[in-house]
Amino acid sequence: MTQKPKEQRIETEVLIIGAGVTGAGIMRDLALRGVQSLLIDRKDLCAGASGGNHGLLHSGSRYISSDLHSAIECREESTILKHVASQCIEETGGLFVAVEGDDPGFAENFAALCQPAGIACDQISCADAKKLEPLLSDRLFKAYRVPDATIDPFRLALLNVAHAQMLNNSSFRPHTEILLFTVKDGKIESATCRDNRTNTTLTIYAKQYINAGGAWAMNIAQLAGCKDVSLLYSKGTLLVSHDRLTTHVINRLRPPGDGDILVPGGTVSVLGTTSIRVDDLETVKPTVAEIDINVREGAAMIPTLAAARYIRAFSGVRPLLQSAGGSDDREATRGFALLDHSTQNLSNFSTITGGKLTTYRLMAEKTCDLVAERLNNSEPCQTHITPLPDEESCKWTEPGASPKYWYKANDPEDMILCECEMVPQSAIDEIVKDAPGAEKEMTLKAIALRSRAGKGPCQGSFCGIRIASYLYDQGHYHDTTGLIHMRDFFNERFKGTRTVTWGLQAAQMELAEALHCGLLGLDNINDD
Amino acid sequence: MIEEDRNFTAELAVIGTGLAGFAASIFALKRDIKTAQIGNTGAVAYTTGYLDLLGSLSPDYPSSIEDPWQGIEQLKDSHPGHPLCRIPKTDIFTAFEQFTSFLGECGITYTPPEKSNIRVLTPAGTLKPTLCVPSTMKVGSTAFSQKEPCVIIDFKGLKGFSSRQVVANLKDKWPKLSSRRVEFPDMASGEIYPEVMARSLEVPATREKLAKILVEAAEDAKIIGLPAILGMHTPDLVREKMEQLTGLQIFEIPTMPPSVPGIRLREMFEQLLPQKGVILIPQQKVDKLVFIEDGAQLSLSDSFGPITIHSKSVILATGRFLSGGLEASIDGVSEPLLNLPVTQPASRRKWYREKYTDYRGHSVNSAGIEVDSSFRPLDSRGQPYSKNLFAAGVILAHQDWIRGRCGAGVAIATAYKAVEEVEKLLT
Repeated sequence: MTQKPKEQRIETEVLIIGAGVTGAGIMRDLALRGVQSLLIDRKDLCAGASGGNHGLLHSGSRYISSDLHSAIECREESTILKHVASQCIEETGGLFVAVEGDDPGFAENFAALCQPAGIACDQISCADAKKLEPLLSDRLFKAYRVPDATIDPFRLALLNVAHAQMLNNSSFRPHTEILLFTVKDGKIESATCRDNRTNTTLTIYAKQYINAGGAWAMNIAQLAGCKDVSLLYSKGTLLVSHDRLTTHVINRLRPPGDGDILVPGGTVSVLGTTSIRVDDLETVKPTVAEIDINVREGAAMIPTLAAARYIRAFSGVRPLLQSAGGSDDREATRGFALLDHSTQNLSNFSTITGGKLTTYRLMAEKTCDLVAERLNNSEPCQTHITPLPDEESCKWTEPGASPKYWYKANDPEDMILCECEMVPQSAIDEIVKDAPGAEKEMTLKAIALRSRAGKGPCQGSFCGIRIASYLYDQGHYHDTTGLIHMRDFFNERFKGTRTVTWGLQAAQMELAEALHCGLLGLDNINDD
Repeated sequence: MIEEDRNFTAELAVIGTGLAGFAASIFALKRDIKTAQIGNTGAVAYTTGYLDLLGSLSPDYPSSIEDPWQGIEQLKDSHPGHPLCRIPKTDIFTAFEQFTSFLGECGITYTPPEKSNIRVLTPAGTLKPTLCVPSTMKVGSTAFSQKEPCVIIDFKGLKGFSSRQVVANLKDKWPKLSSRRVEFPDMASGEIYPEVMARSLEVPATREKLAKILVEAAEDAKIIGLPAILGMHTPDLVREKMEQLTGLQIFEIPTMPPSVPGIRLREMFEQLLPQKGVILIPQQKVDKLVFIEDGAQLSLSDSFGPITIHSKSVILATGRFLSGGLEASIDGVSEPLLNLPVTQPASRRKWYREKYTDYRGHSVNSAGIEVDSSFRPLDSRGQPYSKNLFAAGVILAHQDWIRGRCGAGVAIATAYKAVEEVEKLLT
């Protein structure tokens, strides 16, 4: 006699769908108000645009020509985040530079445009700009300094989740995908989900349901029968250089265009972005054409970008609010929208979408104000004044930090597994044990997301093998599924390298393929 | 230090010090051709010691093949341009025989080429098909096929080699396989390295200490597998001594490159080829190669100053991207030394498939230079670049040595062929 597997049932006060920075921010904001929540994502933390962007904490100056409201929001929010989430931020400062061929009128007007937004913008001489950033083009004709900064979205999301988990019994479930909502009497009664790793279904019962799906928010809203979320998708592609090329964020001083921002991030720089309208969210990946455009445009500001060594490329999708209109997606509003879906006859469902990394906290605040009110909770938002506490297991995403921890601990038994980024065994132990979303048989991809492993020049080709070996050794992997985790990890990293494999990276790729396929035979394993 | 110009003359200059380059020097020695060899020997250290001929018919079939000789016949239908299809099989067989027997004479015994591939172990506990293996690794293959009781042993502090991993991935196929972790003698704390372990096992006292540890770890098994650490210069002797001391059968599994079996080959070549009369200039790159009347002139320099080599013939065995024989840029693939035309996909968009581990491989991996039937590289008009220039190894187009598991096969077979053509030219 076969028994029907018992359906898994979970109860929570609030269900948050989508674990980008906004979902993570909502989870913490609610926890600070004393509200318990469950955060789910069909993949993992920052799997969408939150993990696919420049890591730029905008001063707002980027938007002054197209969207004053967003510019002001960015100015306010970046100032708040520099205070409450300083561990995730590097105050690099930013430069806006115009090179020959750019519109002199736009360049001339820039400081005046920044003024109404309250953004500190100082013109500096081209000679001074070159002193600050020696790699800038000799063809510069105008330069301004602005308070741009950089932010690590992975650490930010991890810390938000970790803090929420610490505050109350809020929790995070990765690889949990929403399949359908059961609606009854103007309310969502339950959400049926699938665990994408075990392929089992579970039903989640909540008082309030928040759709923080980012680019997927329209699809999720439609599952609840809501037709009031209308998004356009704008794909952006970025490249990561092997070296950090500048100390400041470098912006091209012209209306937003391709390849016009170079953002330092720890030990690397990130160049981007392109902007292409797409219809399909699932097949988004960098193309050779986008890479070539970014390199060509970027080289106008920083000529060495033409010959730089790139280690990776990635794409993200900006969810744009359809009401924006206009032909250029960059001209569309970068503001966000909070929908309470009351017009769709639902009283316990809300959607937050649009916006950008810099305004994630504000987006979370507005959402939580609505949800708290619906729950008759009158606690005010605290995220603008309560610093984000640090947490041990979340510290491994910081570039250049692993070696420091390792030297400090000075434990000769704690071997380095990722030699590019100096990630030791102890980091893997800590992540597998305590990091938000940790589980028993954690994939290499999930570990890499919570650390610097695989982010260096070898892009995981060596450390993927070493970490897998270590996980086998520690009993986390115990059969050939470990090989599949390895293969999947290398396939995932390849998505980032396939369009930028030239120069030294071609040698790296040949060695990697010789190891992974020629020796280990990962091109020839069966999934079952 | 006084700089002085050094001039060498040779009948053959081999450019490249990977497997193809060394194989060419060895075959030239056999034919009494006065040879100079130049190149950075680093890449040999990345070999595992396994000498593959042909292990897969990618892109046609995903799985590995038993009979590489039959495989070459099939390849002739599907990929007639593949370098292995342009050389008689008897010559390929002789090439493997000569190459492996030379290694044996120099202290690293190999199994001779056979009718079919053997299945050998990898450090991840997967299996791969290969033709010839160092004798220190042979037992692993037979123990696997007989499913005999066996213990895989790893060492505390040696990262990247986990006996639990090897066993976890093989246990379904090999139920009597188990794992143990032990401490290497006098290396109880911190990280330890295969190269250091291998060198220390050249010392009898270390062997005696390790033997005691291994006997205890083996329990009832009569066969044990170790990461490749059995000596650097005399692996056969070290293995024999260890077997005598333990009364066990012992085999090695290569570790992740650069691993001991690769370093053994590199050190052996560097040491013995000069003794046998090859002018070996390792760790240097040829700056300039020009063809003059009846020969070539190679220019390079080291810390002592410039070096000039006059040679009647040249074999270009400079490898692919890893060794610098080919260069990839944002605009395409080129051959940097002579600017030979490179057959390649029409655009960078076509270099790679969507999926990295696609068993069919990536088209950029089959890019390379073209040669005529005598293995002379062709210029942009499709004519031999020079009657004195030949090419060997994976720089050749129309092969994907990684997916085909045919790196050593292409290297050894084409080196044999190129040297044969050099001999024809010289006489």
